[in-house]
Amino acid sequence: MPDIKSAAAQLVETLKESKADYIEAHLEESQRSHITYRGRELESAGQSSAVGGNIRALVKGGWGFVSFNDLNDLPRRIELAVKQATLVGKEESRLAPVEPVVDTVASKQDSPLAIPLAEKKELLDEYNQIIWRTPGLQTSVIGYADSHKKTIFLSSTGSYIEQPRTDITLRLSAVAAGDGDVQQSGLSLGSRGDFSPMRRLHQEVEEMAKHAVALLSAPQVKGGEYTVVLDPVLAGVFVHEAFGHLSESDFVYEDDRLREIMSLGKKFGSKELNIIDSATLPGLRGSYKYDDEGVPATETYLIKEGKLVGRLHSRETAAKMGEKPTGNARAMNYRYPPIVRMTNTYIEPGKASFDDIIAGIKEGVYAKNWFGGTTSMEMFTFSAGEAYMIRNGKIAEALRPVVLTGNVFTTLNNIDAIGNDLDMNQGGGCGKGGQFPLPVSNGSPHIRISRCLVGGG
Amino acid sequence: MEKILALARKTAEAAEVFEVAAEETSVQFETNRLKHIESKQSTHLALRIIKEGRLGYATTTERDDVKSLISNAVETAWFGMPARFELPALSSYPQIEIFDPAVEAAPLEEMDKLGQELIELITGHTPEILCEAGVSKDTISVKLINSNGGQAEYKKSIFSIGIMGSLIRGTDMLFVGESRSSCNPITRPKEIAEVVIRQLELAKNPASAPTGQLPVIFTPRGVASALVPSLVTAFNGKTVLQGASPIGQKLGKSVFDSKISLWDDPTIAFRPHSRPCDDEGVASQRTSLIEGGVVANFLYDLQTAALANTKSTGSGSRGGGLPAPTPSALIVAPGQTSMDDMVKDIKEGLVIEQLMGAEQGNILGGDFSGNVLLGYKVESGKIVGRVKNTMVSGNVYQVLKEVTAVGSQAEWVGGFLNTPPLYCPRLSVASKG
Repeated sequence: MPDIKSAAAQLVETLKESKADYIEAHLEESQRSHITYRGRELESAGQSSAVGGNIRALVKGGWGFVSFNDLNDLPRRIELAVKQATLVGKEESRLAPVEPVVDTVASKQDSPLAIPLAEKKELLDEYNQIIWRTPGLQTSVIGYADSHKKTIFLSSTGSYIEQPRTDITLRLSAVAAGDGDVQQSGLSLGSRGDFSPMRRLHQEVEEMAKHAVALLSAPQVKGGEYTVVLDPVLAGVFVHEAFGHLSESDFVYEDDRLREIMSLGKKFGSKELNIIDSATLPGLRGSYKYDDEGVPATETYLIKEGKLVGRLHSRETAAKMGEKPTGNARAMNYRYPPIVRMTNTYIEPGKASFDDIIAGIKEGVYAKNWFGGTTSMEMFTFSAGEAYMIRNGKIAEALRPVVLTGNVFTTLNNIDAIGNDLDMNQGGGCGKGGQFPLPVSNGSPHIRISRCLVGGG
Repeated sequence: MEKILALARKTAEAAEVFEVAAEETSVQFETNRLKHIESKQSTHLALRIIKEGRLGYATTTERDDVKSLISNAVETAWFGMPARFELPALSSYPQIEIFDPAVEAAPLEEMDKLGQELIELITGHTPEILCEAGVSKDTISVKLINSNGGQAEYKKSIFSIGIMGSLIRGTDMLFVGESRSSCNPITRPKEIAEVVIRQLELAKNPASAPTGQLPVIFTPRGVASALVPSLVTAFNGKTVLQGASPIGQKLGKSVFDSKISLWDDPTIAFRPHSRPCDDEGVASQRTSLIEGGVVANFLYDLQTAALANTKSTGSGSRGGGLPAPTPSALIVAPGQTSMDDMVKDIKEGLVIEQLMGAEQGNILGGDFSGNVLLGYKVESGKIVGRVKNTMVSGNVYQVLKEVTAVGSQAEWVGGFLNTPPLYCPRLSVASKG
């Protein structure tokens, strides 16, 4: 079978000759490794390699998409994609114009796959021993995975981009059990290829394990409305779920009612609130030079001084909304077409210290760390890995994990304090349209939200 | 595959090669019209070896790249988990019908028409609704051989159709939807449209829920989103082996209401999750999990079964990695009570169709807490409208310990679960009203 470079060479001219209004190809070669622990022992270690690609064609506003592992017979794949697009297309093809790019992006990192599996295993052994040293612990689960891939993007308008992409994730969780009750706590991080953040977690792992045991004797919060303070990690998940997804234009561009709700200039929060999505920040998991349509990455203000000022676009959504493309079309891998996605999304820091933020709270909830989050566009939920009561301006007793929920359109308005301690969380993965987990990062300083609904026992 | 097996046997005492090849075509609609057609061809080869008693594992998409596949597997076997099991020898499998050539043959034009008809039925009822829909057909070929002479091969067809409608008024949003899948082509969009239209009818009027303890009916979709994630984890033989399942020590004991029975069944004809054998070549079987409230069994693959001193239940599934115990299709036994009678029994309570975020909490412990994405208020025995800004929280083991009634009519949810509605006497509800 040809390698991706020779397959790409074949495609350059063929794409230009296509009858489609626009056609592009993605080719990809990847290596992955993973190690998982369940309990004291290593459960699974494996290595994998994959080669594949796709062709995406646009005819009269209709899309055809063909993905494959077999790189032989590319002309037939092109033909099929164009045939599909033709069957769909009944309107006019509209894509925001971009300059064709020819570029080879150099890899900034050594591949984490170059580090021997045995060395990674040794490190995970250390963490697992820390977890198992904790009295009262039932078991542990650890999952490490890394991947390195080379991608080639080429289009009928003459773009040819080679880009590498490296990703590392590590998730650890400790499980405590007693009296028919099971509680868990977790730690999750990721990196854009640099392995060194994985090496310095000894203290955090110890705290995580102790927290799982402490949860067994922790009470459940009483369900209801509270003033809630979120730590930077959880506030990052909050901004991603409670607002970020709504700024993805593919939800909005063909829906007149949503366009009305999301009109630029609309007030979403206080004057102190600024929200940004940027793939241009160096070294974060959501960062890149070009998106999967060959559009250069940008920094986009979504909210400025509380008002909606921008949104995330693919070339199609930008054209149909008469706005500039932002370089946010991303695909999980060659099996999927690019769709509008976030990159690194964060709330800009304000002035308040943590002590200022909690000072005036008589009874509230301090929620830290994340389990997960999801949104329906109107409503969002997200869950905290750790939670504490706030009583008379002080952090009080630990609570069992809490789930918070709210309305996207009102909750941002209820942010009444923004801290000065921005921190980016690299441990998340985002899911949309069956594409999960896409590497993203989220961030925020500590924030305070009044009247947030908390689920309890 | 035979070549890989033969080469792997030269360095390892046992080996197994597993291959999945799939062709998938889907027709997708956005904002009520055809937008996208996709087809995906994929090949996935996995090699599992036992070398000096330890497991090694590697995968690739390239059939020709035998050398690196084997060297990758050998490298992981240096410190892999000690293998406690033997690969199964050649055996016979139950005959289960899961392939219909009519799926592969379904023309794109027909799939397009099916989607259009479904959308028209729904927009005919509610003109301002915007629908996303998808119609897809898959053909999957699975082949497995091992060094003990075991071999398995089968072909499966899957036809699926799904729709999600959103109705937006101001910043108020309502989401309704339904999906179906089968190994045969699906031809009647009307049945699916009727489900969606019923949701639209019930959600027409707004209603408010109080904060406190209320009786709740979970519809089949509600059962799937709130209760099932915890049960899947708890009945996994691995969780049990680790001591992390709350019911791990309760085999043979009554833990749930005596009206509750649950089993896993990969042998039902023409169901998308059915198969003659699991991904390790162990014959499929129906496995009882809860019998009249009593914990009857857990699900095992070969390795987990060996560690737990029991037999594999034929539940080894590969989600891209090594086989792990996974249910194929969970079936909850229907009971005696009609949905109407359950609703009539409630003075003030909720019907829950979908809970958002319920799987984000302490699943191991059975806790769930989620926002009612689609749910209705019941007043004096009647559904009066849709509730919003409402959270429901509980614990699966407490909820299923005492169930007021089990519904008489079971439905498939997402191809993976077949369940009737469940009526629970009280659940914690927090609401903004």
